[in-house]
Amino acid sequence: MIGGLHDVLMPAGAQAQAILALWHWLLPICTLVFVAIMAALWLAVRRAPRVAQDDTPDVSSLFEREPKVTRTVWIAVAVSTVLLLALLAASVFTDRAIARLPLANALHIELTGYQWWWAVRYDDADPSRIFTTANELHVPVGRPVIVSLAGADVIHSFWVPSLHGKKDLIPGRDATVSFRADRPGIYRGQCAEYCGYQHAHMVLYVVADAPDVYERWAAQQRKPAVAPVNDEQARGRDLFVAKSCAMCHAINGTSAQARNAPDLTHVASRMTIGAGTLENSVSARAAWILDPQQFKPGAKMPGENLAPEELAALNAYLGSLS
Amino acid sequence: MSADAGSVSAAGVPLERSQRARRKRADAVAGSGEVLRDGAGWGSRAALALDHTWRDESGFIGWLRTNDHKRIGKRFVVTAFLFFCAAGILAAVMRMQLASPDNHVVGPDFYDQLFTMHGTTMMFIFAVPIMQGMGVYLVPLMVGTRNTAFPRMTACAYWLYLLGALSLWFGFAINTGADAGWFAYVPLAGPQYGIGKRADVWNNLINLTEAMGLMVAVDIATVILKMRAPGMSLRRMPLFVWASLVASMMIIFAMPSVMLAANLAQFDRTFSTHFFNPAEGGDVLIWQHLFWFFGHPEVYFIFIPALGFVSTIIPTFARRPMFGHSAVVLSLIATGFLAFGLWVHHMFATNLPELGKSFFTAMSFMIAIPTAAQIFCWIATLWTGRISLRVPLLFVLGFFAILVLGGLTGIMVGAVPFDLQVHDSYFVVAHLHYVLIGGAVFPLFGAFFYWFPKFTGRMLDERLGRWQFWLFFVGFNVAFFPMHMLGLQGMPRRIYTYGAETGWGTLNLIATIGAVVIAASVLLFVVNFVRSLAKGALAGDNPWGAGTLEWATHSPPPAFNFVALPVVASREPLWVREADEPTHVSGLSAQTREGLVTTVLDALPDVRYSYPSPTVWPFIAAVTVVIWLFWSNITPSGMYYGLIPPAIAFVAWYWPSRKETAEELLLQRRP
Repeated sequence: MIGGLHDVLMPAGAQAQAILALWHWLLPICTLVFVAIMAALWLAVRRAPRVAQDDTPDVSSLFEREPKVTRTVWIAVAVSTVLLLALLAASVFTDRAIARLPLANALHIELTGYQWWWAVRYDDADPSRIFTTANELHVPVGRPVIVSLAGADVIHSFWVPSLHGKKDLIPGRDATVSFRADRPGIYRGQCAEYCGYQHAHMVLYVVADAPDVYERWAAQQRKPAVAPVNDEQARGRDLFVAKSCAMCHAINGTSAQARNAPDLTHVASRMTIGAGTLENSVSARAAWILDPQQFKPGAKMPGENLAPEELAALNAYLGSLS
Repeated sequence: MSADAGSVSAAGVPLERSQRARRKRADAVAGSGEVLRDGAGWGSRAALALDHTWRDESGFIGWLRTNDHKRIGKRFVVTAFLFFCAAGILAAVMRMQLASPDNHVVGPDFYDQLFTMHGTTMMFIFAVPIMQGMGVYLVPLMVGTRNTAFPRMTACAYWLYLLGALSLWFGFAINTGADAGWFAYVPLAGPQYGIGKRADVWNNLINLTEAMGLMVAVDIATVILKMRAPGMSLRRMPLFVWASLVASMMIIFAMPSVMLAANLAQFDRTFSTHFFNPAEGGDVLIWQHLFWFFGHPEVYFIFIPALGFVSTIIPTFARRPMFGHSAVVLSLIATGFLAFGLWVHHMFATNLPELGKSFFTAMSFMIAIPTAAQIFCWIATLWTGRISLRVPLLFVLGFFAILVLGGLTGIMVGAVPFDLQVHDSYFVVAHLHYVLIGGAVFPLFGAFFYWFPKFTGRMLDERLGRWQFWLFFVGFNVAFFPMHMLGLQGMPRRIYTYGAETGWGTLNLIATIGAVVIAASVLLFVVNFVRSLAKGALAGDNPWGAGTLEWATHSPPPAFNFVALPVVASREPLWVREADEPTHVSGLSAQTREGLVTTVLDALPDVRYSYPSPTVWPFIAAVTVVIWLFWSNITPSGMYYGLIPPAIAFVAWYWPSRKETAEELLLQRRP
């Protein structure tokens, strides 16, 4: 399986970089405060004399002030307040840095969260250039991306730790998130808002490529599905349209046009199936088609009872959809 | 407190008319004719009469009818602790499942129920009730009175709580365990996606435990404000009592919010309303506002009573009064107010306006200041004190280390940009366990060791206690510290499994090992508890040489708490005693359950008060309310037909008795 980078401390984009800079303020200051308080506590316990439990309590403090201790406590509170203000300032400046990501020439993507997969639609002013895919975002390095987020059923959350923090996909409340990948690579994201049984298998890969590589990929994705080149693949296509597959999935260039499940027009170009559940290999696809519930219990896809040669044909067809 | 020093008389204080009085076997002790008055000390005829008046009938009926705050408080604590153990076992199963990648100990359906039951039980069935239970037991003793203000209501609250908790767990046992998370976000918990009756059971639990919380909070706040011992002005009030007052006030403002939300959600489920249905103009985000407007203060009304434990334990073991008593009180009150301005920091990833979120960052940072002030006051108390390092103090020192770390990660997640990264990740799992276990469970174990002698008359074993502490402290850090790293490495919460390619396996295995050590530690406490209950060293009235009033009576206290109500002239009434001050009030009737109501600010005697008698109706009322809720889940008409049995029960509860009215009229005569 493809790991992909998924670490807050290893940013690959402007937004995650800004947040890491804030962490570089938070961690040392908080560590300093922790060490100081523990040292004070340790000293206090060490220097105070040990007595038995029935020792007569010293109640003098009820009648007279303790100016030295009072002063020290006041200073400690004041120092804490100043440090908090410093961190507040750092937080506000980070907020502004995130908000100021330059968005000229941005790529527009519409991301919709479903139980338990991601529908991805690449927007364009020219309707013929719009295309749809699933569970993988491909973005050009260095170009800002604006992602419009929508929840189709329950609340999901977009999170790719190496690129940016979270933004929820809430039904009835549209939101956007903007990021920019600055280094090529594969960045792993995962739904971060509990969304039901298969919350654990709702992975979203972000593939950041050099602009020309991205353009090649996008051009390929805009094309309709490749036509079968042999009888087995043709039989596979016919099975896809005739069996229950076409009730939920779409393959452009065929009569399968349902939108209840990932678009499979270019399914063979993807790294995984089942939103990161299995790698996209011949054997894994075959096992998945027969019994997806074995790998992703609760997923909306039922198993399909196919004869071995039917399965091979269907699998060969799907494998050809690059 | 003995009767040989001077006393003031309560007999001249007029009797409050509205409550019913009760007089039973005490008449036999008093003989006929005159009313026997308290104040004569242990072993006297009056003390015997008090015992007859206040003691519950023996047997099952007496057990069911009791409204003795000590028995009810103990029930709360024991019940909540048992549910703590049960929810801990669920956590252990989750840790087993997560110990290695692609593990198959449990499946997603059961795992979702596990973490929902764990969170719901810990927050609603363990943390809040156990803190309130400690308050129900301790507050009347600490303020020097004989019972809570509305003991029948508190008895009813316990039954509502117990039945609610049992129904949730019964649902879990028959595969109807809540599975939408302890926060039950809609639409996942709504009619369309929350299938079966799982979310209904959860909504019922919210109604029942929140009703319980409100009833107990009203009761505790009333005792604190109106029934303190004469002389215990607000400035002399013990810090745990202050903490209980602040927590009770917070509960009164916070809990209606989640009850409202749960009922709107249940209306959506039962009557197909559309409060949370975006397709029909509803808004799913309203749920989050209503839930967190309760949910964030909830963290603080779990935490604040624990601060009260700490502020009680430290002076006793540093052998000096608390440094900065007023500062600590002001900090508690400030925390209580600020806690209501933080709820949106659970919603930073939603599409709320960014500038508005900055306000909540500022508030989240600001609430650290009163907590810091208290920490510095505790350190100052230890610094200037002379220390006896017993187990309760050991737990408080552990509390310092863990809470401070949790508080600092709390500041981190309070910052909007950083929270966007770690929100709903294992970083937050680590943070919240540091805050809740460090901030509440460590002080709670300290409090168990500290007050166990008062509850039972016997000491818990010190050696086992030290073992338990170190196992817990080490196990806790081994279990939860790695989760910070897991969160930063991108592991989201509430996933039932993860692939090997994520690289999360090793840290998860370490966390699971820590969980096993924690389980061993809790087991050790249970062993210690059972052993000490049977053959622990006898404690005596005041084994720690403490300064607050609960130690002024026997351990365990008699049913009537004090043989005569104490009079208070200082912050530490058992440590500072003026020779010319009265030590107790005398003159309350020993033959009826009579108490003294005092003024809010100065605790001057105001009116006499007749406590209600024990009765079985609070129990029956609770049962009928639970039936009503479940009936309404099955069929909408249950919503109104189901109201008939509770209506009957509540009328019976308040039905006046001729005998008690006559007795009350008798007491209203001038003595």
